[in-house]
Amino acid sequence: MFAGIDVGSLVTKAVVLRDGKVAGYSIISSRTNPRKAGEQALEKAITNANCKREDIKCIVATGYGRSSFSFADKTVTELTCHATGAHYLNTEIRTVIDIGGQDSKVIKLDESGKMSDFAMNDKCAAGTGRFLEVMAQALEVGLDSMGEFSLKSDKPCSLSSICTVFAETEVISLIASGAKKKDIVAGLHMSIARRVGSMAKGLGLQKEIAFTGGVAKNSGVRSAFEEFLSVKFAPISEDPQIIGALGAALVASKF
Amino acid sequence: MAEYTKMWEDIGLDLKRHDTLLEALGKIYGDVYMTQTNRPKGMEYFDFVVSEVHGLRIKELMEHKEKGGKVVGTFCVYVPDEIITAAGGISVGLCGGAQFSIPDAETILPTNLCPLIKSAVGFKLGKICPYFEAADFLAGETTCDGKKKAWEILDNYIPTYIMEVPQKKDAIDRELYLKEIKAFKEKMEKEAGVTITPEVLGEKIKLMNARRKALERLYELRKSSPLPISGKDACLISQIAFYDDPVRFTSKVNELCDELEKRVKNGKGVIEPTAPRILVSGCPMAVPNWKLHHIVETSGATIVCEETCTGTRYFDTPVVDETPTDIDGQLKAIADRYLNIKCSCFTPNDDRIDQIIQFAKDYHADGVIYYTLQFCLTYNVEYEKVKRALDKEGIPLLKIETDYSEEDTGQLKTRIEGFLERIS
Amino acid sequence: MEGEREMWKAQGIDLKRNDEFLEAAGKIYGDVYMKQPNRPKGMGFFDFVMSEVHSIRPKEMIDHREKGGKVVGTFCVYVPDEIIFAANGIGVGLCCGSDFSFIDAEDILPTNLCPLIKSGMGFKKGMLSPYFEACDFIVGETTCDGKKKVWEIFDNYIPTYIMEVPQKKDPKQRELWLKEVELFKEKMEKESGVTITPEVLGEKIKLINARRKALERLYELRKSSPLPISGKDALLVSQIAFYDDPVRFTSKTNELCDELEERVKNGEGVVEPTAPRILVSGCPMVIPNWKLHHIVETSGAIVACEETCTGTRYFDTPIVDETPTDIDGQLKAIADRYLNIKCSCFTPNDDRIDQIIKFARDYRADGVIYYTLQFCLTYNVEYEKVKRALNKEGIPLLRIETDYSEEDTGQLKTRIEGFLERIS
Ligand SMILES: Nc1ncnc2c1ncn2[C@@H]1O[C@H](COP(=O)(O)OP(=O)(O)OP(=O)(O)O)[C@@H](O)[C@H]1O
Ligand code: SF4
Ligand code: SF4
Ligand code: SF4
Ligand code: SF4
Ligand SMILES: [Mg+2]
Repeated sequence: MFAGIDVGSLVTKAVVLRDGKVAGYSIISSRTNPRKAGEQALEKAITNANCKREDIKCIVATGYGRSSFSFADKTVTELTCHATGAHYLNTEIRTVIDIGGQDSKVIKLDESGKMSDFAMNDKCAAGTGRFLEVMAQALEVGLDSMGEFSLKSDKPCSLSSICTVFAETEVISLIASGAKKKDIVAGLHMSIARRVGSMAKGLGLQKEIAFTGGVAKNSGVRSAFEEFLSVKFAPISEDPQIIGALGAALVASKF
Repeated sequence: MAEYTKMWEDIGLDLKRHDTLLEALGKIYGDVYMTQTNRPKGMEYFDFVVSEVHGLRIKELMEHKEKGGKVVGTFCVYVPDEIITAAGGISVGLCGGAQFSIPDAETILPTNLCPLIKSAVGFKLGKICPYFEAADFLAGETTCDGKKKAWEILDNYIPTYIMEVPQKKDAIDRELYLKEIKAFKEKMEKEAGVTITPEVLGEKIKLMNARRKALERLYELRKSSPLPISGKDACLISQIAFYDDPVRFTSKVNELCDELEKRVKNGKGVIEPTAPRILVSGCPMAVPNWKLHHIVETSGATIVCEETCTGTRYFDTPVVDETPTDIDGQLKAIADRYLNIKCSCFTPNDDRIDQIIQFAKDYHADGVIYYTLQFCLTYNVEYEKVKRALDKEGIPLLKIETDYSEEDTGQLKTRIEGFLERIS
Repeated sequence: MEGEREMWKAQGIDLKRNDEFLEAAGKIYGDVYMKQPNRPKGMGFFDFVMSEVHSIRPKEMIDHREKGGKVVGTFCVYVPDEIIFAANGIGVGLCCGSDFSFIDAEDILPTNLCPLIKSGMGFKKGMLSPYFEACDFIVGETTCDGKKKVWEIFDNYIPTYIMEVPQKKDPKQRELWLKEVELFKEKMEKESGVTITPEVLGEKIKLINARRKALERLYELRKSSPLPISGKDALLVSQIAFYDDPVRFTSKTNELCDELEERVKNGEGVVEPTAPRILVSGCPMVIPNWKLHHIVETSGAIVACEETCTGTRYFDTPIVDETPTDIDGQLKAIADRYLNIKCSCFTPNDDRIDQIIKFARDYRADGVIYYTLQFCLTYNVEYEKVKRALNKEGIPLLRIETDYSEEDTGQLKTRIEGFLERIS
């Protein structure tokens, strides 16, 4: 059996593979100590997979905190892992858009599933999960329900700010001016889609396209992307947030 | 504007995005301009020009091209219109003033680049601006790092000629610039297939001088109190100078000035004489960038002068000497006049600082707003020197660095209103 | 060094901050350099230079001044050292690579400015560098908007002379540049009271050429596999070239090369020959900016060459022609050699792109990292052209835009490791 640990900047994910299939996984917060989070996530995934630590032959760590997880046999970046994970689920995939807590990434794959090019956001948090979290707080809307909520909007607000700080102010003034929350949320999703979508266009968008990372669970962002890029995302049979960890486990199985 | 759809299609515009742009432009113009009170009647012509900005004037350019004339796009007031027009060409200023096209440009240019450049490149890339599509070629220059290097990339999309503008104003630099002017004349002759004669060149020198004098007359009138015209309206006229037909433009500006002269005589203004008077100094503002003027003039103050390229730097005296009658003499007169422009791309550029102080006095300004576009290094660094000089003179100064987005409007309003409270 | 504190005090250095800086720099140096395995013995000299970085060489400069010589600070590889040394001067590169001094410059410079410039201004204004304080004057140039305008501000703190570097390379620009070189010679003669004879100038041309040849020899050796020296060590040698005594530096670099030649002969390397080889191309990296090299070389790869001003652009062939025996011929040879440098401040600059491709082959690079400092517009815009050319050649390319802070290290590590995964 093999395990992959994705120590993301906000969330740690672990996947355990048995006979090349996902046997168990876990998702926990990394906010405290990234090293501990890695171990805890691994333990939980092992429990969920109904096996023992000794059964795991090889562990690959990925994500922002990959080097702080000391039990790893090897570390690989999440760029390769998201590519590998997505390719495993669907060999037709040529582009992966991964939006996590701190980074947004666009990854290109060749037919064999190897990463062939990528683009990443610069330092600022525009167009990331963190951005949405701050806005959800300002709007007093649950993060999980943002997606459904925004899909009800028929007239998304247009937001000019991409900077988290300015966007927050803008959101607050929109609320004050009586704009509907669902329209504001839809506008926020559109602004993420525009920003990350432009990055994807710059890299050259090739079908099929997968959307991974925690933000992919937000159906509002998904549909904003589909509108902005005029494409449909390829369906993915696993939780999009664990694709990086899945890819790491797959790398472990070949190590 | 349905009557122009075919023309736009023929020149290859992306019609859907172009529609979106025109709609947005119309709305902004309505909000910013048509809500003003007490406007001079002479502004009607300029309102009309804006309403036909992608229509009538483009039609004229296309007709000119059909008759074999050239259309040349320019981006800086150091590129001499005299030479373009003497070769039977029409010059249009193509600086971009809209946020709309910036995402297009960011696919091939760095984000940390002046919005004026990104906006213009984006217009070309996205096929959204009919002026770009009408142009036969562009005449760029080396005045700032961003433009200098962006030309090389733009050249992949439209032929781009580059004039070197030197960086100091010593004798060797004057020589270099004169040579660049001569090379540009040859380039124009080659492109247009004409030989520029001293007669025609002399005529065009007079034509451009007349345009300068009309603008100078307008700005002279803005020295009066109460102010006969809003800063927004004056700014619009300066902006339109870059692409309207020079003969028509000059006569319309003079007509407007006749009206304003009457207003001044009758002591009639657009705003109470107690409103704080602001001198704006810094980077150019290309259509539809009315952001700063709008904030200032909806905060109870008014703008009396722009020490910018869409302002005094465009027409600043001395005009081109009209006495030489041979080509060499004329080209030298042109080079001399242009090299007298005080842009921060030169080092040193202390004349500009003296001029700001002079203008602050002449236009009875209560304060100066130093306006820079984000990532425009030369104007941003020069601020420190301006600040030292203005502090010494006791002239209140506020620095605003911004781009074309609306996201900082609230913050700017706070800063500008704070500044007005401070100086009143 | 004994007596260093007295020396600093006499220079007016801010002792407390100098201590802080030296401590921090020492720590970084230990982490980045002293942990490398398998270093050539010849690096001992360069380690020593670093351990005395604010002491021995500044002392030599002060001694030189006491004997009536001049010390001249420079910021760009277009300023000819030959002329400085021929006028009995010492040239010292003053570009700064640390964000330690930003806080000293922030009140007079815009934030959106290249860190190299901000750092330099900060070191001067905050009295943090014995090199700055040892200088009689500095020589700036007009290579980028940021520097061009900051010289004017520098001049308030230390006399600053500005050389105009043109922006194209046509005959008219070559003429201007030759005149600038001649003017600089006059300036140096005036400052030093020395008349530059053809004999002395010829000698100094040979001196600086010898330094170039030593560096070229070092870089030649980096074409071998396995690599006999780490990229970090080679970078340090290039960095030290800017301020060490040229005679000593040349001989020490040649000694190092003797050792490396042995290594190459024995097939001995600093990393396994399978480690990916990286060509770094872009902006200069000044002490203590080892950020990129450190990340690359702690990620399992190795830097084989720097196409930067702290790399090939510093010594790049052809060297100055040594045949002319009269001043005019010598100055022309100098002007020609320098104008051959391929900096992105020129338009067009396509030779640089050809050279990157050639270097990628010669140094057997598996990939190119295009390195730019934040807000360096010319290199950032030129990226698009480099990208198109390298894509066509099938050479993998990663762009890194960064500053001197550590906050993006994690993200850069992900990008660089991702790039290595992609190319391996
Ligand atoms: N159900 C959900 N609906 C909407 N958003 C969600 C949901 N679950 C998680 N997210 C978002 O996903 C983000 C975390 O995603 P992910 O686990 O991919 O990030 P990460 O790997 O830690 O970050 P990075 O890759 O940037 O280092 C959170 O910021 C959160 O906003
Ligand atoms: S600001 Fe300078 S570079 Fe820009 S248009 Fe004016 S003169 Fe030209
Ligand atoms: S505003 Fe400044 S940066 Fe922008 S184009 Fe003009 S000179 Fe260049
Ligand atoms: S990058 Fe250009 S401007 Fe900077 S030091 Fe090198 S040659 Fe000079
Ligand atoms: S790195 Fe670029 S911006 Fe910085 S000093 Fe050199 S040329 Fe100028
Ligand atoms: Mg992640």
